[in-house]
Amino acid sequence: MDESDETYSRVKALVEPFNKKDVAVTPDTRFQQDLEWDSLTVLNFVAEVEDEFDVLIPVNMQAEIETIGELSAALDKMKA
Amino acid sequence: MSDLFSKFDPLIEQREALLSTGLTDPFNLVMERVESPTVAICNGRRTILLGTYNYMGMTFDPDVIAAGKKALDEFGSGTTGSRVLNGTYATHKECEDALKDFYAMDHAMVFSTGYQANLGIISTIAGKDDYIVLDIDSHASIYDGCALGNAQIVPFRHNDIEALEKRLKRVPEGAGKLVVLEGVYSMLGDIAPLKEMVAVSKANGAMVLVDEAHSMGFIGEHGRGVAEAQGVIDDVDFIIGTFSKSVGTVGGFCVSNHPKFEILRLVCRPYVFTASLPPSVVATAATSIRKLMHGADKRAHLWQNSKKLHAGLKALGFTLGTEEPQSAIIAVIMPDLETGAAMWEALLNEGLYVNLARPPATPAGMTLLRCSLCAEHSAEQVDEILAMFGAAGRATGCI
Repeated sequence: MDESDETYSRVKALVEPFNKKDVAVTPDTRFQQDLEWDSLTVLNFVAEVEDEFDVLIPVNMQAEIETIGELSAALDKMKA
Repeated sequence: MSDLFSKFDPLIEQREALLSTGLTDPFNLVMERVESPTVAICNGRRTILLGTYNYMGMTFDPDVIAAGKKALDEFGSGTTGSRVLNGTYATHKECEDALKDFYAMDHAMVFSTGYQANLGIISTIAGKDDYIVLDIDSHASIYDGCALGNAQIVPFRHNDIEALEKRLKRVPEGAGKLVVLEGVYSMLGDIAPLKEMVAVSKANGAMVLVDEAHSMGFIGEHGRGVAEAQGVIDDVDFIIGTFSKSVGTVGGFCVSNHPKFEILRLVCRPYVFTASLPPSVVATAATSIRKLMHGADKRAHLWQNSKKLHAGLKALGFTLGTEEPQSAIIAVIMPDLETGAAMWEALLNEGLYVNLARPPATPAGMTLLRCSLCAEHSAEQVDEILAMFGAAGRATGCI
């Protein structure tokens, strides 16, 4: 997953309003450890992603997604 | 050896920092004596209770107490058993009958707590390939019910009808769907647009469960909750409730008209694998529920209290969780945890108890002073409460 990827750029744009600590975002940025999001922030962010990409990302699936790059890859797979 | 407790370090540090300022611990209050549904003695001081969810003030009702004492004498202190083995007494059946009459529904199942009712029903009826679509601000017991089961869990933006509809339409063809909503959301005291949400859920082939914990007894013509008030109770498949709020004791329940409902008594693990409620508890609940059917005057007074407190707090300059009072919960929004804790302590010193609520229990990282009114609060007590909020607010610089 590189910085120029289209899905990644869209996800990155959705991260920004929730990025209260102004963490420099890369594909390797982790939601919990780096962005320091609590469980409720993650759910609100995922709801935004679902509407942007018109998909469902059930909570059970979120457990396997740690980084912004992994989320972008999962979205590409869902839309393929 | 790695210490399994190290994951709690951030919380321990935050707590220590807060308490090192000499602040009273907001999560460790002891009520030394309880005089009535609205007054207790805390730290030797007479304290008005404004954070108990004791909406209808049934805890000291003489008929309720007499029923409990009688059951204690006749049936003993406890059942020592599961509902499906030796733990169903005549008192438990009477309690379920009272619920069926109260809601005018065919089936009622009593759990040991409201938390277990959500845990049990949600985890049991939604299986591996089913989808649970729930409001993002749902109570912990709903999330824990989801976590205990194997279904696909999809939260949607709080009270957003379109967000719910979009997600229902994205569920794969043929999958079972359960929509989980609450009548009153307990953090801000706001109500759900159930009329529209139930209609959208039904149009998309979903079953609907509504948790009416904070509305039973005083919202809706018969006190059946927000679904009744909005005219959609007949389209709701399952109503979850609790005895620990308006009913005034402890326990939880689910009522339903589903023709196969009774099978849940054999397959619902949080119902089967725990001891049933003591007979005195279900006897007090049954008596209280039957009395709540005739509580129209108390309901009217509770609404008056809620309106008066809401208008008074607004006039003092506090920021509230809802523009208009929608329930018996009035949430005062604090700028941060430190100010919230200081204000909580100032109120306690004035002689008023409210709930301090903080993230992640609260939405959007808010710190709240949550007030829940009781039908037994007198108009004079509400005046006293407002005076105390004024004094504490000025002392802490909140207003």
